[in-house]
Amino acid sequence: MKDNTAQSDMNIICVKCNAVLTIGKVTLAYMGNSFPVDLYKCPQCGLVYIPEDLALGKMNMAEKALEDK
Amino acid sequence: MDQERLYELESMCIQECPPGCTAGCPVHVDVRGIVTAVRKGDYPAGFAILRKTVPFPGIISRICTEPCKNSCKRNELDESIEVRQLERSCSDKCGSAEQKILLPPLKSQKIAVIGAGLSGLTVAADMAGKGFPVAIFEAGNGIGGSILEFSEEILPRGLMESDFSIFDKLPVEIKLNAAAGKDELSLELISNEYDAVYIGTGYESRTAADSWFSGTPEKRLVIDSGTLLTNIPKVFAGGSLRTGESRTAVDSISDGKIAANSINRFLQNASLTASRGKEGSYNSILYTDISGVKTSPAVKAYETGRGYSEDEARREAERCILCQCLECVKKCEYLANYKAYPKKYVREVYNNLSIVMGIHHANRMINSCALCGLCKELCPNSLDMGEVCIDARRLMVDRGKMPPSTHDFPLRDMAFSNSESFLLSKHQPGMNSSSIVFFPGCQLGATYPSYVKKIYEFLCEKTEGGIGLMLGCCGAPAFWGGQQKLFEDTISGFSERLKSLGNPSVVTACPSCSYMLKLGIPDLKIESLWSYLDRTGLPEISRNGSGRKLAVHDSCVSRYDKDLHESVRSIIRKSGFEVEELPGNREKTTCCGYGGLMIYADREVARRVIGRRINESESDYISYCSMCRDNFASQGKRSYHILDLIFSETDDSSATMKMPGLSQRQESRARLKTSLLRELWGEEVKDELPEVKLTIPERVQSIMEDRMILASDISKVVAYAENTGNRFKNTLTGNYIAYFQPQRVTYWVEYSPDGDSFLIHNTYSHRLEITD
Repeated sequence: MKDNTAQSDMNIICVKCNAVLTIGKVTLAYMGNSFPVDLYKCPQCGLVYIPEDLALGKMNMAEKALEDK
Repeated sequence: MDQERLYELESMCIQECPPGCTAGCPVHVDVRGIVTAVRKGDYPAGFAILRKTVPFPGIISRICTEPCKNSCKRNELDESIEVRQLERSCSDKCGSAEQKILLPPLKSQKIAVIGAGLSGLTVAADMAGKGFPVAIFEAGNGIGGSILEFSEEILPRGLMESDFSIFDKLPVEIKLNAAAGKDELSLELISNEYDAVYIGTGYESRTAADSWFSGTPEKRLVIDSGTLLTNIPKVFAGGSLRTGESRTAVDSISDGKIAANSINRFLQNASLTASRGKEGSYNSILYTDISGVKTSPAVKAYETGRGYSEDEARREAERCILCQCLECVKKCEYLANYKAYPKKYVREVYNNLSIVMGIHHANRMINSCALCGLCKELCPNSLDMGEVCIDARRLMVDRGKMPPSTHDFPLRDMAFSNSESFLLSKHQPGMNSSSIVFFPGCQLGATYPSYVKKIYEFLCEKTEGGIGLMLGCCGAPAFWGGQQKLFEDTISGFSERLKSLGNPSVVTACPSCSYMLKLGIPDLKIESLWSYLDRTGLPEISRNGSGRKLAVHDSCVSRYDKDLHESVRSIIRKSGFEVEELPGNREKTTCCGYGGLMIYADREVARRVIGRRINESESDYISYCSMCRDNFASQGKRSYHILDLIFSETDDSSATMKMPGLSQRQESRARLKTSLLRELWGEEVKDELPEVKLTIPERVQSIMEDRMILASDISKVVAYAENTGNRFKNTLTGNYIAYFQPQRVTYWVEYSPDGDSFLIHNTYSHRLEITD
């Protein structure tokens, strides 16, 4: 799950903190497995942003792989 | 599934059994392989196949008596395939080519073969090819034995010499004019010198051979028919010495091969009898359907006594049916999808269940089966892949190995139908007992809520003793998903509600409900709405069928429900339509793509299942299961539900009506319950207002269908974002983006405020959890 942050200019902000998202460590978990990934999140409150292409692409593949493990 | 059960299931699938010709051939020549090679004009490949089984292909291709022909399926149509002529085509073209032999290192054990007939020569070629030095003792002055009696015209000597030239390359010493049996060539002396002896001296020498065995308790030669071991240790015998005057060349070669197998085992101190497999001629149990195969007489060679021309050979090869079974695979898109057949699939399922660490490659295969039972119906041995798959699903659920995403949506949909939003059990308005209860099922309520009300009102008018109403789900998604405990709980919930109504008999309007309820409550008094209406009378309204043909699709769960089949057809006729039978119907009907939840496990296979079914007739279809109808309509097939006929709504809009969306289906069920309570029972029911008001454009609605996201899921995300303030903003579009994880799935929604509602721009979901 590398290159999750390869989008160009970040134009998503956290509304609560009015902060531009930055890349940070996030832990994703499924079916008893967890792994760290670099994702955009709010530098202040930590709210994590998962874009559509990531959810339907690599994350979906990871889900299927873990389900068949 | 334990190993014993696996073997049992595997043995039920006969696809790998040889065709009749190969089984009938004493040495099991791969006739299909030769035919396929000749069709392609690849004679070297055909010849290689023949020589792999027969050490003397030239000879056999001229004088074989073709026992294979007796078991050829074409006999049932016209004439069997001319196998020997095809073998001859291969042999004539390629027999003279240099044969490369790779000999293993020479072994120390030596073998004596007495008699240079075809059986002895076969033993010699076979054993020498394995590296055992062989000495052949032949009384005459040439090798070949009784085949030397054939004329030059039938069996050219040059061909024999060419076949026998193999001995020049093998560690074989041929001793001519060496009559064994007495003096220095006595059997005793030979067997002292050699590690194993084979006697193949021909039927005419039987008396002489018997005399060699005078020192044994039986006082004569006795040959075990399975191993060809005689009553003297390490001495084997076969050929026409054993079979008698009715000998044939191919029988002798077969005996030679059986003896070589035994001698090889004997020299390695292995069991002579353990797992030998099939030897000699036998009847295959392979089933091959020959209906639809066109008759065409066997191709005769242009000139009698000559072989085929290439064109003749190809034409004769084309006549071969290439026998195989595949009865189930031919009719099932799901089974065809994995490019093999149940014998292989059963093994894959077993392996999948046995894996401790590693990838479960067959999960999708196990979960995509419609469990419809067509394969069982078509299989000559009634092997049911559905049973294999449902057992596997249950095991996967028990072990926590069922992929959660596969059945999550239908199971949640079932939970909705069995929640207070839809669940209902009531006596007929104004009555306090029920002789019958109507259970329309959740899918009819989702697609046709208005019909549920109409039909219930009609039933109320005509039923004596009161007809109650029960809404809910029968538990089919749990059953199909392998959730046995959940299924049993659902059934007992149904039983309790039925009991609260005084255990009336049940009338169902969904074949799946009937199936599940009968399965769960074997002594339940149950009847389908269609046979009930056919028996007691349809609503009295004008019928508008005007003789038009409708093709009936029987639902797969009602495969064996003959009464139901008849009632449905009767209603169609009473409605003024003509009944058209699809090619596979009644007990041979196919699934619509929904059964077994296949549509959730593999949408593409389900799409092909639907596609195949709807192309079986040009006529409009009619079904008595709303899922069947909806699936056909989803691919543009004009299809009616039988209720369309009963209420005379057989116009274009009912034939082309698309299946309502997933959110709509749940909403329809909830509204159905509310409106029935209000309108029939006069109860006051509060409307459940959504948490937030949404505006969902059509484009987004189709995204939601594809991704199985409900409006209620979206509503939860927006409400959560608006209540907590946890949301992002896209600075380019100004849209908000937020997520919420109500249960296992995390939903994302892109939205913007739109007056008093929220306009939805996009939505997606994932299952990986964001843990920090």
